[in-house]
Parts: sequence; structure tokens; C-alpha cells
Amino acid sequence: MPKTPLIDPNFTYATVTDKISSIVLTRKMSRYWLLGLFLSFALVMALTLCVTVLFVKGVGIWGIDIPVGWGFAITNFVWWIGIGHAGTLISAILLLLHQKWRNSINRFAEAMTLFAVACAGIFPLIHVGRPWLAYWLFPYPNSMGLWPQFRSPLLWDVFAVSTYALVSLLFWFVGLIPDLATLRDRATGQFAQVVYGVLAMGWRGSARHWRRYETASLLLAGLATPLVVSVHTIVSWDFAVSLVPGWHSTIFPPYFVAGAVYSGFAMVLTLAIPLRRFYQLKDLITDRHLDNMAKVMLGTGLIVAYGYMMEWFVAWYNGTPYESYMVLNRMTGPYAPAYWLLIGCNIVIPQLLWRPSIRANAAALFVISIIINIGMWLERFIIVVTSLHRDFLPSSWGMFYPTRWDIGTFVGTIGLFLMLFFLFIRFLPVISIFETRELLTEEKEGHL
Amino acid sequence: MSAQESLYGLMAEFDRPERLVEVSRLAREQGYRTMDAYSPFPVEGLDKALGERKDRLPLLVLLGGIGGGLTGFVMQYFANVIQYPLMIGGRPYNSWPSFIPITFELTILGAALVAVLGMLALNGLPTPYHPVFSVPRFELASRQAFFLCIESRDPKFNLAKTKQFLESLKPIDVYEVAPW
Repeated sequence: MPKTPLIDPNFTYATVTDKISSIVLTRKMSRYWLLGLFLSFALVMALTLCVTVLFVKGVGIWGIDIPVGWGFAITNFVWWIGIGHAGTLISAILLLLHQKWRNSINRFAEAMTLFAVACAGIFPLIHVGRPWLAYWLFPYPNSMGLWPQFRSPLLWDVFAVSTYALVSLLFWFVGLIPDLATLRDRATGQFAQVVYGVLAMGWRGSARHWRRYETASLLLAGLATPLVVSVHTIVSWDFAVSLVPGWHSTIFPPYFVAGAVYSGFAMVLTLAIPLRRFYQLKDLITDRHLDNMAKVMLGTGLIVAYGYMMEWFVAWYNGTPYESYMVLNRMTGPYAPAYWLLIGCNIVIPQLLWRPSIRANAAALFVISIIINIGMWLERFIIVVTSLHRDFLPSSWGMFYPTRWDIGTFVGTIGLFLMLFFLFIRFLPVISIFETRELLTEEKEGHL
Repeated sequence: MSAQESLYGLMAEFDRPERLVEVSRLAREQGYRTMDAYSPFPVEGLDKALGERKDRLPLLVLLGGIGGGLTGFVMQYFANVIQYPLMIGGRPYNSWPSFIPITFELTILGAALVAVLGMLALNGLPTPYHPVFSVPRFELASRQAFFLCIESRDPKFNLAKTKQFLESLKPIDVYEVAPW
């Protein structure tokens, strides 16, 4: 089958450079961009308000109570960190697999990873009750003579997430260095020249440097690949290591990792489709890119569906009344509407992606990707809340209802994510310029 | 003043990556050793054409990973076995399987930090200014142009002869690069 090119073959090194860097350097600030930045900034202000009230009054302003001590905060944490995983997958695993189509989407997918991890990191910190003491989680010699309890998955999480955030930042920054040099050389204002110049650290494109740069990128990709799998595995252990029915399951690690990639690709599509429309990048982020991402979503979505089915099967097969009650309660209990909505969003509707015509339709993909985002959030919510609210003793059953502070904090982090993304689009090249030049060379060689 | 002091080197500009690899190989065959090529993206085979050098980065990354992992395990062992023994669920103090996740994470962290910082350090970055930047056309090295620079430190460097050689390669132009 003849494949459509990954990049418009009429581009040259110069025009592709100018096109991508123009978004940062020469194009006028659009009114839509300002409006988007303003709206997301307003949500960040709402987040600040919610967190301030939380610090003053304590976690009692949320809907959490015993038995449901992990409400929105942990749901949102798992959701955000999962979203981040697609960025690492695109930049690391697809690099190792020589998937050239990653070149025009890896930059903003990595940015998305960073911003999602930033949003995720907020939740455990503000959920600890006394957030000003959150640094107690780190091992450091202290006057109390205390050390953390290293046998707990919650502490593993601290190390996994902070390593992940740091490595993602490094990976992203290393990828940016040559493009920062391009911006330094292309910028006309002195302020921009100095800022990009300092960040580019004097990159001059020397062959010796490139070679070491490529070695470092490959090694980082090789390191980030097991890292990304380990992070969501450890997040899933926060649940699976406990004895709560609905959490205590060996399917959790693979099922969480697949779910993370699933929701992450959905978020990449949610961002890529408007981005390529508003900045006329359809010749760089082509329909073939969207098609490939839709296929990855379909595949990981099926793994997630397998996870759900395994949950049903194990509930029936293992013969423990608590396990089978947990599944029955999800399907018919007080949270059943959320459960069926989740099945609809995550399993039923994404089956449309089997049709090539749907995968070629950007508007349809955009809608489906948002539906999957909602479905994956519901999945985390169902796992956290329905497992906790009715466990072994009916005398200690209860319900969780989110308060406006729960909702405000969650919506606020969406604002933070979008605000960071709006700033990123305007100040850094949203597509990797040097890798696009490389892709252009390879595509031209391929066509000759 | 000798050529060494008055010039950093001579630089020739080309328009295609394959040509840059070719001329680098030719320059090497001519006996030039102290030279470097500059391109807007990594060009396959260019490093080899200039003469391969061993790179210590992979070894350093391995050491970084081993160091990170050891730090992780020793830290946990010290904290939960020696300094502040915690008895959890009757398991041994040194319950090493539960120390593995953090050991693993710190292995990755150590290796990744060394990969990035080592790459920068071995490349001598940050170097905000470098003689090659004094060539006005060089700002295109980050856009579409390819450069080969033979440095005056090279024993075979001779202003007239090297210039003649570079011009014989049919470059877009040849520039003299001012010293530091």
C-alpha cells in the first residue's frame, strides 16, 4: 500500500525551520490565544483559591470521610499521571522502535507529559492533610531521628513520580537544545536572542556534539522506557498491595499502564487536532499521524477492556463473596451510572476507531478522544471510590459525594495544564525543528 | 603573526548533508585531523568521515546507573535496618524485595542525570561564545547550511594551501574564522 508522506515533500530545510519557528518569533499574537490563556488563567486562580481554603480549613472541605478516604484527589492524581505517559511513550519507545512519525508530535507530547505530571504532583501533596510537612516523605537526616517507611508503595510512589518528573524534564530539555539554538539565530529582538541564547548554551551543531547528543538521546530513551512502565506499575501498587476487594489484584500493573497510554494518546489527540488547525500545521501533523495515534488508542483500549473482563472473570471464578459483591455493586450499586458511562466511553464508543473513515475524520477523532478522557477519569473514580465505599463490613459502608472544592480543584488543574500549554505554544517550538529537518532528508531519500 | 594566532581556522559552506560527508572524508584523506563539521541536524556517517573517536559517555552512564542503584539500596538498608529498624508485619528488617522499587527508580535517575550532564560536559557546553559564531553566515548552521571548518591548530594547516583545497571542493563560499 503506498503510504502518504509524513511531511509535505515541498518543504526545504529553510522553509520548515521558518514555518515552525514563526509561531514563536514572527506571527502576531492571536486573539484566540489570548482568550485561551485568559480563561485558563482564570481557572488557575480558582485552583489557588481552592488550595488556599484547603490549607486554612483542612481536607474536611472535601467530600472524603471514612470509609472513602481517597476521593477526587487520588482519582485526579492517577488520571493526570496516566495522561503524561503517552508523551514518554511517543518520545522514548517510538524512538527506540524507529517510528519516524513520532518526529512531529514528540515535542508537544513531551510538554504535555511535564504539565500533566505537574498537575498530578499537586494532588498527593495537598491530600496528605498537613501539606507543609510533605517533605517528611523524603529521607533526610533530621532532629527527630526518624526515617521513612521504605516498605510502603506510597513511598515508592514518591520516588517514582519525582524521578519521572525529573527525567521527563531532562529529556524534554535535551530535545529542545538544538531548536533553542535555531531560535537564538533566528530571533530579531535582543531580549529573545539573549534568553534563547542562554538556554541553548552555545549549541553550534558540531558533528562531534551531534554524535554524543544522539548517544545521550538514545540512552535516555532506553532509560525512560522502563521508567514509564515502572511509574504506573508503582501507582497501581498503591492499590494492589492493599487487601481491599477491587484493588487487590495482579491485573492492576499492566491494566494501569495500558490505561495510562490509552488516556495519554487521547489527550495528545485532544491537543493536536485544534493545534494543527489553528496554526495551520496540517502539512506537519498529517492525517497519517492522527490515524496512527487512533490505532494506538484502539489497541490500548482493547487491553483495558481485557482488564475489565478479567475483573469480572476473577470475581466469579475465585468464589470470594467480597470480590463478586464488589463487581455486582459496581454494576448495580449507587455508582452504577458512572460505571456504565465508563464502559460506554472506554469500550463501546472507541470501537468506532476500527473504521478507517472515522480515523481519517479529525472532528470525529477529537470527539472520541474527549470521550476517552472522560471515560478514563471515570475509571479511576470507580476504582478509588466503589472499592472503598462498601468493603467487608456492611456496618462501615458509606458514600462519597464531591463538594464544590473537590470539583474546583480538579477543574483548576485542567486550567493549569491548559495555561502551561498555551504558554508553551507561544514561547517554544511546538514541533521539533531539527528532527523535522532530519525527517525531510529521510523522506526525500526514500522517494528518490 | 603566524596563521595559528591570527585565525581559528578556515570554514567552507555547503548546501547538502551528503556533500558535507563527502568533503569531510576528502579532507581527512588529505591528512587534516583537527577539524569539525557543523550541520542543522545529525547527519549519518559525518562523525565517521571526520575520523572516529571513542566516546566515554555510555560507560559513564552505566556507572551513573550503578551508583544510583547502590545509593538507593544502601539508603534504605541504612534507614530501615540500622538507623531506625522498623518491624512491619513480622517481616525481616532487611526485606529486600520491598526495597527494589526505589533502588530501581534511583538507578534510572542516576543514569539519566549522568547521560544529560555528561553529554553537556563532554561536549564542553555551556560555551556561550565560540569562534565559529564570528562568521556571519554561520547563523544558518541552525537552519539549512552545512559547514566544514579546518582549524589552524592542525599540523597540516597552511592558510594558502588549505584555502585552495577548500575552494577545490566547490563550496558556496570559504570564510576565515577569527580566533577566540
